[in-house]
Amino acid sequence: MSATAFSSRSDPSSESPLVTVRGLSFRRGDRIIFQNVDLDIPRGKVTAIMGPSGAGKTTLLRLISGQIRPDAGRIEVDGVCVHELGRKDLYQLRKRMSMLFQSSALFTDLTVFENVAFPLREHTRLPENLIRTLVLMKLEAVGLRGARDLMPSELSGGMARRAALARAIALDPMMILYDEPFSGQDPITMGVLIKLIRTLNDALGLTSIIVSHDVKETASIADYLYLISDGLVVDHGAPLALESSSSAWVEQFLHALPDGPMSFHYPAPSYAEDLALREEPPRA
Amino acid sequence: MLDGLQRLGRLTLGWLNRLGRATLFLLRLLGTLGALGRRPGLIIKQLYSVGVLSLPIIAMSGLFVGMVLGLQGYANLVDFGATSSLGTVVALSLVRELGPVLAALLYAARAGSAVTAEIGLMKATEQLAAMQMMAVDPFARVFAPRFVAGFIAMPLLAGIFTAIGILGGYFVAVYQLGVDSGAFWSQMQAAVGLVDDVINGVVIKSVAFGWVANWIAVFEGYDAIPTSEGISRATTRTVVNTALVVLALDFVLTAIFFGV
Amino acid sequence: MGNFKKLELAVGAFVALGLAAFFMLAMKVSNIAELGEDKGYKITARFENIGGLKARAPVTLGGVRIGRVAGIDLDMRSYEAVVTLSIEPKYNQLPTDSSASILTSGVLGEQYVGLEPGGMDEYLKNGGSLKLTQSALVLEKLIGRMVTNAASGDKPPPKTP
Repeated sequence: MSATAFSSRSDPSSESPLVTVRGLSFRRGDRIIFQNVDLDIPRGKVTAIMGPSGAGKTTLLRLISGQIRPDAGRIEVDGVCVHELGRKDLYQLRKRMSMLFQSSALFTDLTVFENVAFPLREHTRLPENLIRTLVLMKLEAVGLRGARDLMPSELSGGMARRAALARAIALDPMMILYDEPFSGQDPITMGVLIKLIRTLNDALGLTSIIVSHDVKETASIADYLYLISDGLVVDHGAPLALESSSSAWVEQFLHALPDGPMSFHYPAPSYAEDLALREEPPRA
Repeated sequence: MLDGLQRLGRLTLGWLNRLGRATLFLLRLLGTLGALGRRPGLIIKQLYSVGVLSLPIIAMSGLFVGMVLGLQGYANLVDFGATSSLGTVVALSLVRELGPVLAALLYAARAGSAVTAEIGLMKATEQLAAMQMMAVDPFARVFAPRFVAGFIAMPLLAGIFTAIGILGGYFVAVYQLGVDSGAFWSQMQAAVGLVDDVINGVVIKSVAFGWVANWIAVFEGYDAIPTSEGISRATTRTVVNTALVVLALDFVLTAIFFGV
Repeated sequence: MGNFKKLELAVGAFVALGLAAFFMLAMKVSNIAELGEDKGYKITARFENIGGLKARAPVTLGGVRIGRVAGIDLDMRSYEAVVTLSIEPKYNQLPTDSSASILTSGVLGEQYVGLEPGGMDEYLKNGGSLKLTQSALVLEKLIGRMVTNAASGDKPPPKTP
């Protein structure tokens, strides 16, 4: 695997998907997380992977980024099979990918500036003044240039995510993975993040993969959606196309209906019998 | 009865499994030492955390232990009219045993637990995963500097503990109990051998304890379950396991060097 | 980065303190002065019984330490203990008829070799040996003798060899 085979940015106009997943199977202990899942992530677009909590969305991001290995199947990023790479090659690939963690994962002992500068300092030999310029540019893009000397503990949740985003674009990656970027945010912060994700994707020619269960926000900026549940891809397509999906589950999920294929009641014996009102054979 | 045996077997296997993982962890850590040499700043920063910040407790404890040794030693020697040997008693106790062992235990409680908690917290807040995603090896950037700094700090702290302890014993002996100052030092100097006692005692023991204490501290943090309960248990394990291993190792080293 | 300078200073002070502690342990606490001692010249002395004498025990003359016990061996033909003494070079005027005794320092103390000077004009050199020796007092034999004396009345005790 020669280093020159890697280009630093993917060509947005090329047809082949940036990430292809074929026949992915993964289980944790006795639980089957994925069984025979196929996915394509198109280049230059914002793709959302949605599903109920615990469906394995974060696990999918970890599999794509090579943090864990699939039990079966094949995951390719830009033509390279991720889980067959050795550590050095994997690190090379990771320099072109970025991930935004749910907890923002800023380094708590460094300032915002130092956090954004971290990947530049570790992977490039740029002089300090150039690094400073780059960091300030990235911070400006997310609107935090004035917050550069704050410590992560002094940031609000939304600001921390934006700082982490600035760090994620520090090395101009080809792809950003977002792990639940909207969870627990107030509407204004959410609006800011939505705008940022979409704008950065288009301005920098990125490919973005968003994992979320915030339907409205995610669907508003996604070009393509995958809905997964119970280890399978239930449906996929452009947001508009999914609105008229035939699947009752998709309808329940997209419209946030409290009851439907995902039952409101956790399986239990008959109500009457439980309250010992009268003898009755238990109903399923 | 069979149940008990089964449990014992399971515990042993679990323990061996853990030991194996800890060893692999250490080997991987040692593999990054070459690159670390080019970034001394990381080690210095950690030396401050585990070394300098441990000084107060080490120094104060050393002082008190030395003073107590002076008092206790005097109480026992005065019946034989041998109080001029007090310097010997204080020095040998500290140099051979109490210096390295107590310093190691205090170190585990103060610095070891802090390192475990810090690394565990980094694991829980996904900072370690973020580092890996940025193609930076946490072994080189987080674990190795802490291990190396602690390994350097441990013997220094043990030496400081021992020296301050002897001084503490000196002050109690001479200024409080009236032992002759000249006898205190001269008897000590006659009885304490540089190689036999100081090197075999404080130096070798504290180096061995430093290796063990820092290995456990860093590994427990790395291995912690990333929840608040998991971190608290990992921190407890660091202190307890370090204490047990240090004391067992102390027995072995004492038998080797000071056994007759 | 001014913080880092202060940090470096603190770490430097810490390391210096640690080294100073070890220095003190080496200088003031231990017998480092006695390390350069292998330049002493060696003489031997034979004893019937060395008691609890150990290697590196002091060798004194008139109470002054002039050397150390360098080695203890057993002569299988004469069944005598052969003790090698290392005497510091500056004490090179020991008469050849000096005697060596194994004494105990204090009541419970460790045993050492005490030399008493003779009157000859020739002095001991490296490889020489002391002819007159006094073995260690073994407590059990002393007690045994006392018991025998008490049992057999007031007969004077036989001379010790």
